[in-house]
Parts: sequence; C-alpha cells; structure tokens
Amino acid sequence: MAAAGDEYDPTPSEHELEAHLQTRNMVINLGPSHPATHGTVRLRIELDGETIVKMDTEIGFLHRGFQKSCENVTWTQVLPYTDRLDYTASLQNNFGYLTAVETLMGIEIPERANYIRVIGAELHRIASHLTTAGATALELGGFSPFLYAMEGRELVIDRVTELTGARLTTSYGRIGGLNRDLPEGWGDKVLKSLVKIEEVASEMDILLSRNRIFTDRTKGTGVITAEDALDFGFTGPCLRACGINYDIRKAKPYWAYDKLDFNVALGHNGDNFDRYYMRMLEITESVKIIRQCLRDIPEGPVTIDDWRIVLPPKEDVYNSIEGVIAHFKLVMEGVPVPVGEVYHSTESPNGELGWYLKSDGSGRPYKCHVRAPGFQILSAMGRLCEGRMLADLIPTFDTINMIGGEVEQ
Amino acid sequence: MSTFALDQIQAQLPQALVERYKDRAGEAWGVIAREHIVEVAKLLKEKLGFRLFISMDAVDRLHLPPEEQDPRFEVVYFLKNIERNEHARLKVRVNEDQDIPTIAKVFQGADWAERFVWDFYGVVFAGGQKRRILMYEEFIGHPLRKDYPLRGRQNLIPERPIQDIFRGPGTNGVQD
Repeated sequence: MAAAGDEYDPTPSEHELEAHLQTRNMVINLGPSHPATHGTVRLRIELDGETIVKMDTEIGFLHRGFQKSCENVTWTQVLPYTDRLDYTASLQNNFGYLTAVETLMGIEIPERANYIRVIGAELHRIASHLTTAGATALELGGFSPFLYAMEGRELVIDRVTELTGARLTTSYGRIGGLNRDLPEGWGDKVLKSLVKIEEVASEMDILLSRNRIFTDRTKGTGVITAEDALDFGFTGPCLRACGINYDIRKAKPYWAYDKLDFNVALGHNGDNFDRYYMRMLEITESVKIIRQCLRDIPEGPVTIDDWRIVLPPKEDVYNSIEGVIAHFKLVMEGVPVPVGEVYHSTESPNGELGWYLKSDGSGRPYKCHVRAPGFQILSAMGRLCEGRMLADLIPTFDTINMIGGEVEQ
Repeated sequence: MSTFALDQIQAQLPQALVERYKDRAGEAWGVIAREHIVEVAKLLKEKLGFRLFISMDAVDRLHLPPEEQDPRFEVVYFLKNIERNEHARLKVRVNEDQDIPTIAKVFQGADWAERFVWDFYGVVFAGGQKRRILMYEEFIGHPLRKDYPLRGRQNLIPERPIQDIFRGPGTNGVQD
C-alpha cells in the first residue's frame, strides 16, 4: 500500500479493478423441521449464488409402517390407519379405502350412504384447500389470510365433529355403508356454515389473488409443463393447473357424483399461482356440490342389510341368536373379503388416491398399497426447483401441498 | 371394462405378454415378461397414449398358496390414458435373485416408486437407483417382506456425521 504523500495513479488499469472471484457452490439444508415449510422433509440444496443447481429431497421422517400395520389387522381395523394418511382430509381417505374394499367384495352401498360420503368428502376437500391456500399465504408472509382460512376450516371441523365424533381422526364409515346416520338438524347447520365458508373464501380471494406481493412470488414460479407433469404422475389440482382435464369425479364417477352438477377448474400455466387458484375455485365447486347433496339426499338405510358384512343392530344382538352369532363372527373374524385383487381410485384434495388391495381370503389384507398423490408430486420437487431461484422454493413447496402423513406412510 | 392396452400389447409385442386375466371388478390385468417391461412401457407411453404415471408397488407372495409362491415377488405397475379414460394394470414376476430393467428413463415418476419397491421388498431395478427412500440407510432387511417380523427391532445406529451442509459464513462450506 502507498504511503501519504506518494504519487498515486488516479486511473488504474482495467485488470486491477477486475477481481477474479473464485465462486463455489454452497450446500444448504432446509428441514426436516423448518419454520417456512410444513411437513417433515429435508431438502439438500446446492446453490450457485441464489440459483438452485441441484436439489435432493429426503423423506421418511414420518414413516409409520402403514402397509405393514394394515397387513396385520382385519379389513375394518385398517380404517383408523387411513385417517392418518392425509390428516387434513381424513374422510376422503376413509371413504376411498372403504369404496376400494367394497369394489373388491362386489357390493353396492345404499344411495343415502353414497350421498353422505359425498358430503363428508367435499367438506374435507374444502378444509384441505383452505389449509393449503392459508399456509401458502402464511409462508409468504401474509398472516391474515391464514387466520381466515383457519376460521373456515374450523367450521368444517366442527361439522365433521358432530358427524363423526372426532375432529381429525374421523374413522367414519364402515364396509357396506356408514356406522351412523346424519345427526338431527345437521344439514341446516352445514348450510349455515357454507354461507360463512363462502364469505371466508371470498375474503381470502380478495386478499391474495390480486395481491401484488403474492402474485409476484407465485406467478411464473415453479412452472412445470403438462408433459412433465404427466410423466411424474401429477394428479388433482396440480395436474389441472397445467390445463389437463383429469378429475376422477368426472372421469369415473363414484358415489353420487354422476348425479351432481359441478365444473372442473382448469388452469393454463402450471405455475404456483395456478395451483393455488385451482384450489380456490374448487372450494366454490365443493360448496355447490354439498348444497345439491343436502337438497337431493334420499331417505333410507345407510348400510346394506347383510349381517356378514355390517354389524347387526344392538337390539338384535341382545335379543336373537342370529344377531349374537353375526356380531361375534364379525368381531372375531372380520369382514369376509373374498380372494382377489383390485385397484380403485378416488379423487382426494391432492389428486388420485388409489388403493391396490389384495386379499387371500384370510380376513386380513394380504397387501394394502396406497397410491398417495403427494408422493409422485413431491418426487418432482427437484425438477420444479432446479435452475430457479431459492426464494421460489417456498411457494413451490407450499402449492404442491406435500402431506407428510400420506407421502411417508 | 376396456382392454385396449392389453389388446394392443398382445398385437404389437406378443412375446412380452405372458398372461392376462380379469380381476373381481372386471378390470384387465397383464403379466409382462421381465425383460420386455421397458419396451411395453415405451409402447404404452409413446404410441398408445398412457402418458400419466400412476403408481408402482410390489407383493411378496411368500404366504400365498404354494402354486402361487413362485416367483416370489410381483411388481405391479399402474399407468393411465386420460383421453381413453383407461388404467393399464401390469405385473412383472421376479424371484429374489432376478432384477427388472428400470422404467425410470421412460417415466420420470417411476424413479421414486422403484426406490420404494427396492426399499421395502428388495427387488432390484437394473439401471435404476438402489437407494432407500423411507427407511434409513443403515436399516437391515426389507420391512414389507412377509418374513420380516411385525415387531422386528433393529440395533441403534450411531449419529451420522453431517458433512454435506454449509456451516455458515466464514467457513468453507464442506463439499461432498
């Protein structure tokens, strides 16, 4: 360095000003427990500046041995395990599983039970979508929309509690129908709640969909082409955000969906905003579906009349030998599911919830594979983020709505 | 129930289709020869429009009746054609010492699914990743095999040294 009083060069040459910085990639770790993400997943991110060069998704922190547990209990006892798959929409899992078992057994459930299944499933679709949209806003810095979302979700959970007796782990429905009918006056309560939910959803829509900060962070980020989305196995709102019209409720109607009038929301860009917006649109459609169901729901039994499959009424258990024996055999041996296999799928809030069930006739599932929609979507996280900015990772991770319970089984 | 996928496989790759049958719901299943699965996946995806990868899993047939026990594993594949609204249900049967060619080059979504099958059943996919996905690396055995005990316990493992994360400014950011 020159001393004071020395001559100095006021115009240094170009090469003296050019510093040759040796940059190297930095590896950072996000998760398994991080305040800006939900679910337990570890992302190992290699960064060049602020651009993600490579990303490795590590899962399994919430693995509970779902399939192994299912293979060792009776077909009915699997039901509580299914609650814990997508815990924001447990009725969807309950009913999806039951419908798969009923397909395997070749039984049809009564019309009233079908309608109640639609109502329950759509209520939980609303809850799930509100949670996703609210959590996305929260993790992008907007706390108020999250509170509105929770208000709506709480209403749904209250109605579900009245229906099933549990807030989250519902275990509602049985093979062959439902374990109990709708409570007295429940329909009117739901209709009242729906009005409030619509208000909350439109409030969130106002707060988010035209919010400059929110749209700047979600539009054009986390883009995936329709072709890649199919390749990775995207289903549900994430696939429809790419403009592909695939909704099992329309493609292969189950329960009462063929008698209901609703639209499928379709996006164009396959980016984070579209994935968020599909969910907001689906909330409106679900509200519409529930209103139609409550209007059209027929009277009648909610279970099939076959004591080999459903428990007999308590009156018969206490007063007749047939009832006692039927009850005893069902409790001790479980539902007799014939030898065979089936793949059946329903539309859960995140996409195709598929069940591959195999029975060897022993009264327990020989194999109980669940096709969790989030598993396939999460496998594309690397593709969605590599070559993009680090800040885009958070909205991308939010809008694909990875649910640890179902992904990590 | 539509049998388009299997009819086409039978017409175009007759040597690949070992067996076909219908399940209790009337849906068509095809058993594919191990060495032909990549050709079949390509045919389904590129020519027949089964572009949506649905899922993969396996079944350990150890506790089934004796005539169904050999080969031991059955790997199931589900693909979907959205335009025709049809699921393709395929199976490949392998023994413990055999491997299956990976279809992860055809369907990118199969990558994690194959890792899952390897993790839980120990079925090897030639050319694919042999990396556990839900269980930890030190885990011994494959938990969904029927001979793995329900309450099986494994030894505690020492904590792994964390080498692959950046420890903050002023340090080098240890590389792999």
